[in-house]
Amino acid sequence: MLIRPKEGILDPQGKAVERALPALGFEGIEHVRVGRMVELEAEDPARLPELCEKLLANPLIEDFEIESIDGA
Amino acid sequence: MVWGVVQFPGSCDERDALRACELSGGEARLVWHEERDLGGVDAVVVPGGFSYGDYLRAGAIARFSPAMEAVAELAAAGGPVLGICNGFQVLCETGLLPGALLLNESMRFVCRQVELLAEGFGGPEAPKSLHIAGERLSIPAKHGEGRYWAPEAMLDALEANRQVAFRYAPGQNPNGSARDIAGVRNEAGNVLGLMPHPEHAVDAMTGSSDGLRVFESIAAGALA
Repeated sequence: MLIRPKEGILDPQGKAVERALPALGFEGIEHVRVGRMVELEAEDPARLPELCEKLLANPLIEDFEIESIDGA
Repeated sequence: MVWGVVQFPGSCDERDALRACELSGGEARLVWHEERDLGGVDAVVVPGGFSYGDYLRAGAIARFSPAMEAVAELAAAGGPVLGICNGFQVLCETGLLPGALLLNESMRFVCRQVELLAEGFGGPEAPKSLHIAGERLSIPAKHGEGRYWAPEAMLDALEANRQVAFRYAPGQNPNGSARDIAGVRNEAGNVLGLMPHPEHAVDAMTGSSDGLRVFESIAAGALA
């Protein structure tokens, strides 16, 4: 699960990372957003969206995506 | 009035909350997070701290505890519930209060005395002396994730319904909260969340006893 702050919500972590980049010589990078990734193994992925909405993400402030990797 | 103060693993302000409840004229006892029955408690404080280590998001795990199920039932029955700091975060995650609390704009943990303006208090049954709307209270704030946020339409609705209970005084917003909001109430008015800590300001020896007004007002039914 990839979870990130919703568009339009100030992300101070992303801003701090963005401000640090020019000092390291990385120019032309903008709109940095910092979220989090949750890895898990599930026998039945059908309920994973519900799991995200109820616990892993707060749908008011965060968007989530689910990426499946079969047989990993 | 008998207060229950919920204690999660990682709570750290429950002792001060107990004392504040007692100083405001009530009795108070701790409610362990695994207790499903509040057993005769009239009002609840969800105190500050770092419940369950604040893993995932502040307050996200605490909402699934048996004690919070009991608190939700008390709130639905109209019982007063006060969430302070982490307790405010828990009440937002539980859905008992609107909005969310995000990382401070400064990315820094804030620990300082702030001035709050009380709004929207004044239940019909409470004595006039405990209608604290319009009062300015000096209370400590200490948090890393206290930036109140809600979508613009929700903020407008909160203002229209008089659900904003406290604002930081002009120039005192320590965390970038939307519209200087420091505390909100639910629509019925019996659930209150507040980021700064009234329970740490109940004795003049520590610089301010203004926090006691919050507990006295709730005990007197002035919240609604």
